[in-house]
Amino acid sequence: MRLLIVEDDPVLSDGIAVGLGLSGFTADAVGTLADARAALEAGGFAGVVLDIMLPDGSGLDLLAELRAAGSKLPVLLLTARDRVRDRVQGLDAGADDYLGKPFDLDELAARLRAMLRRQEGRAAAVIEWNGLRLDPATQTGRIGPRELRFSRREFAILQALVEHPGRILSKTQLEERLYGWQEDVESNTVEVHIHHLRAKLGRDFIDTVRGAGYRLAEGGS
Amino acid sequence: MSSIRKRLLVILLAGTGAIWLCAVIWIQHSTRTEVGHVLDRRLQESAQMVASLIRRNGGIAGPDAASLVDEAPALPDTGRHDFARQLICQVWGFDGQLKSESDGAPSGQLAEQEGFSEREVDGEIWRVYTHVDRDLGIRVMVGDARFMRERLVHGVAMGLLAPAMLVLPLLAALIWLAVRSGLTPLDRLAQALSRRPATDLGPLEETRTPSELRPMIEALNGLFQRVEGLRERERSFTAFAAHELKTPLAGLKTQAQIATLAPDAATRDRALAQIAQGVDRTDRMVRQLLDMTATENAIDGTAQAEDGARILADVADELAGLAQARGVALRLETGGTEWRSTQGPLLAPALRNLLENAILASPKGASVEARLTREGERIRFSVLDRGPGIAEADRPHVTERFYRGAASPAGGGSGLGLAIVAAAVEAMGGELRLSPRKGGGEQAEIILPGAPTGALP
Repeated sequence: MRLLIVEDDPVLSDGIAVGLGLSGFTADAVGTLADARAALEAGGFAGVVLDIMLPDGSGLDLLAELRAAGSKLPVLLLTARDRVRDRVQGLDAGADDYLGKPFDLDELAARLRAMLRRQEGRAAAVIEWNGLRLDPATQTGRIGPRELRFSRREFAILQALVEHPGRILSKTQLEERLYGWQEDVESNTVEVHIHHLRAKLGRDFIDTVRGAGYRLAEGGS
Repeated sequence: MSSIRKRLLVILLAGTGAIWLCAVIWIQHSTRTEVGHVLDRRLQESAQMVASLIRRNGGIAGPDAASLVDEAPALPDTGRHDFARQLICQVWGFDGQLKSESDGAPSGQLAEQEGFSEREVDGEIWRVYTHVDRDLGIRVMVGDARFMRERLVHGVAMGLLAPAMLVLPLLAALIWLAVRSGLTPLDRLAQALSRRPATDLGPLEETRTPSELRPMIEALNGLFQRVEGLRERERSFTAFAAHELKTPLAGLKTQAQIATLAPDAATRDRALAQIAQGVDRTDRMVRQLLDMTATENAIDGTAQAEDGARILADVADELAGLAQARGVALRLETGGTEWRSTQGPLLAPALRNLLENAILASPKGASVEARLTREGERIRFSVLDRGPGIAEADRPHVTERFYRGAASPAGGGSGLGLAIVAAAVEAMGGELRLSPRKGGGEQAEIILPGAPTGALP
């Protein structure tokens, strides 16, 4: 899950990016509205963590622009102004969730998971496919009685596939979910992670579509 | 005396008492004079009357002729009246013989000379009129006792004053009531003020108050308004400050959580380094908030005159650590400028924030120059750096509180630094100039009015 973090305080911005990374997200951080606009234009984000007070304007303006442009990108507002009036204003401006500073990293991660889950049209925290139960909060899976452990990136790829069953995700699309801008992408990592996933889940769980990408195998539950 | 009520009561009672006392003295005096005149006149008439009676009877034959006087029937005893027998009469011949006298007259001669006289006879002072009849060769002396006169005067005066004595306590009560009711509006005001909660700074009601109190109420309302304004500014400032501190605190908290959760030493060390950096930034922000309130609460009048170059050097010393950490050289040029200022408490934070900004904006290896120069009657502090300078779009706003330009130093100042400088410079009656420096960078100047060298002690 790749997220865009718009926050101008360098320590906090870094903290969110690293902290969300530990929770299995991939986060890119920008410090100004202008950078945020450019990043959103480039696309590839599953959600936005947006600060309200930014050096070159209000995050609410960016939110309004997004909604006016018809974007359904989930946005979590992050701000020091957490009186009821501010929260109502933020939610009414089109935010999906609201968190006051200072906050708990676990809570931020949980809220983001819930927000993204709703975006996928699911209510349950656990994703099921073909007998596999995936829990994004713990980054673990289970097939029958068998407990499965995944690395952060393996889980991200698996989650992406499970969330869109039947859809083909290209290697680039998967890479986008795995890496922030600062990270160097090794050319064959996706293949390596798919290989590991097949080893854990069974060879037929993920299909390779030649020249297009990967998708979950049909004929499941 | 601090109580208006007591003061008014004392003044009114003492004043009324004094006036009454004067009246008593005056009445006593005028009564005495008036009674004196009347009685003197009566003495004179009595003496002449006795003489004319003697003349009509063909003179005094023997000593008993005084029966003329004596035979006047005794006045009926009126009891409480002590004025009976108040007149005595003696008739003396030119030969020195007492021809006749009335009952109760003293044995000695009442007077030596003609007309009015006073004499002590038998232990009593007598006021005597002596009528001399040269044809008959007699001196008729009529007198009355002095104490009788005094008693009469006293009686008349008391007759006038007794009702007044009764009136006086009534008057005191009236004064007390008048003072009390006159001061009721003050009591009401005091109660209204003491009942007020500390948060209520609304204006006091002016319509029902007497005109004497209105200036005070207007003054109080003016004060309330100013206090309310000050409180509002402080409230918004506190809210702003609390809000601004939440962001760095959130940063510290997330980094602390990362340090706890970190799967490897590298992540943990990085988080700890971030925490240290965050604490430094928060510390700077807190100091700036304190500077801000200090500059807003204007000048501490007791400040000592300090050497301007010394203030600059002290500030540079404080920032030497920061400059070294950022790899920036700090160069001071004071050129022996002599100028002393009592405004160190304002000047130091202003210079510190300018220098700090310059250091944070400077690239590694660059130098920041701070100069103190005098131009006639003006003192100029300049701080020059080779950083990116203030963006043109930000220029109009940089001195606003919490305004942070997109390219603020190290990507996240508090937005307070230049606001502090502007507030401090304004409080010193000076001018802050920010302009792009030739060859790149920013040139910040504080221009202060400075008396000619040596004029300040």
